[in-house]
Amino acid sequence: MSVKRKLNTQYPILNTNKMSTGNMNLTLKVWRQKNNKTKGQLVDYKVADISPDMSFLEMFDVLNENLINKGEEPIVFDHDCREGICGMCSMFINGRPHGPKEGITTCQLHMRSFKDGDTIVVEPWRAKAFPVIKDLTVDRSAFDRVIAAGGFISVNTGNAQDANNLPIPKAQADAAFEAAACIGCGACVATCKNASAMLFVSAKISQLALLPQGQPERYKRVQGMVAQMDAEGFGNCTNTGACEAECPKGISLENIARMNRDFYAAKFISEEEG
Amino acid sequence: MGSIANAFSSSIGKKLIMGITGLFLISFLVVHCFLNAFVFFDNTGVLFNEGAHFMATNWIIRAMEVVLMAGLLLHIVQGARLTFQNQAARPEKYAYNNGNANSKWYSRSMGLLGTLLLMFLIVHLSDFWVVSRFTGIEQFNGGTPLDAAGHEDLYAVMHAKFSQPWRVVLYVLAMISLAYHLLHGFASAFQTLGWNHKKYTPIIKTLGVWFSIIVPLLFALMPIAIYFGWSF
Repeated sequence: MSVKRKLNTQYPILNTNKMSTGNMNLTLKVWRQKNNKTKGQLVDYKVADISPDMSFLEMFDVLNENLINKGEEPIVFDHDCREGICGMCSMFINGRPHGPKEGITTCQLHMRSFKDGDTIVVEPWRAKAFPVIKDLTVDRSAFDRVIAAGGFISVNTGNAQDANNLPIPKAQADAAFEAAACIGCGACVATCKNASAMLFVSAKISQLALLPQGQPERYKRVQGMVAQMDAEGFGNCTNTGACEAECPKGISLENIARMNRDFYAAKFISEEEG
Repeated sequence: MGSIANAFSSSIGKKLIMGITGLFLISFLVVHCFLNAFVFFDNTGVLFNEGAHFMATNWIIRAMEVVLMAGLLLHIVQGARLTFQNQAARPEKYAYNNGNANSKWYSRSMGLLGTLLLMFLIVHLSDFWVVSRFTGIEQFNGGTPLDAAGHEDLYAVMHAKFSQPWRVVLYVLAMISLAYHLLHGFASAFQTLGWNHKKYTPIIKTLGVWFSIIVPLLFALMPIAIYFGWSF
């Protein structure tokens, strides 16, 4: 039996949230930076008549359209899927990566999370390892190089086997799956006071370390990826837990402890050279 | 790459040193607090002085004193290096960063809290350790360096030092810094060592909170009790 939803009401679905009902006028303070060589600054913009149903990126689309119409250069920002799975969007909004809500990316942040008349500060991820390319876009290829240093299985593990051919305890499979949920957006680095990449790296290590296919290269992998992480200039973890709190995919600090254990095992127990 | 030496130069290895030395210093706090708590049980100071005498003469303790100093030094030097390195990892700061939304201020301020503790330690060590080991305690307790039981009268030194209000305030403030340093450091050390476990981590976290309150509180009560002349 289907329930017919009245589609002519203004906000049919998410009206349980405390949200604005009318359109909003906002002041934005957006980081503008020509390139990595020049210094950037916060520039004030006004946007008017913003629907609370817009996503944060759609609001930026409106702003950019206004800028283009005025003959000004639009603001460069990263985005791709706009449904929270690609890990491209990356804005530091009002002092937090992906804005004020938990468990979502910037593209999933809606304007109903703000109030009419709000001033919103938007900055790029800031880390030595993530140099600004332009405006709000940063170069996150350091993550790619960390993955290239061992975040894979070198052989083709073949097609899916019979379900119980390779028994894996449910809890272990779940933990691997949760680690694999990392989309590599870099919010952990952005919010960490040390710009540490340990949550990302530990998730990429854990997703393989927890499964049988990841075992042969387990110690080589952790040594290679940690060495690359250090070489990229990320900071050191001080266990503040900010990364876990801000991660749009809820990656747990348990992964960092697992990476530490694997690293000690690789360095101090394993006889294998990294 | 597999050599043990270069493990300690990596980010995780450096943190391992912080964690191990931190836990070692925590174990020292337990001993220090236990022995000093003798002041609460004997107003003549004989019990406390006997404890101090044991600590000063037992060769195992004296050997551990060297290890303790090395551990403390390593914790300080490595902590400073990590702090500077971490600051360098973000050369351009955020114009607006809402850190309180996702972490505790004291977990982000371990460098600052550690620096305050280092400044306190300089005063504290020159107050007691330097006096008892090097310069002698003749100047305290009216020129008699020994107590009724014939032990060095460190209790008298304590009374003389804690008759000064500024010193009492300094010690209490330092213990507040210690409490916050431990509130992050205790559980953090276990996480760094990789000891994160669904069954044990909640216990460690609770234990850490209690430890961070009780130990600094007991330490802080010593100068307060002596200053106000409370007897137990």
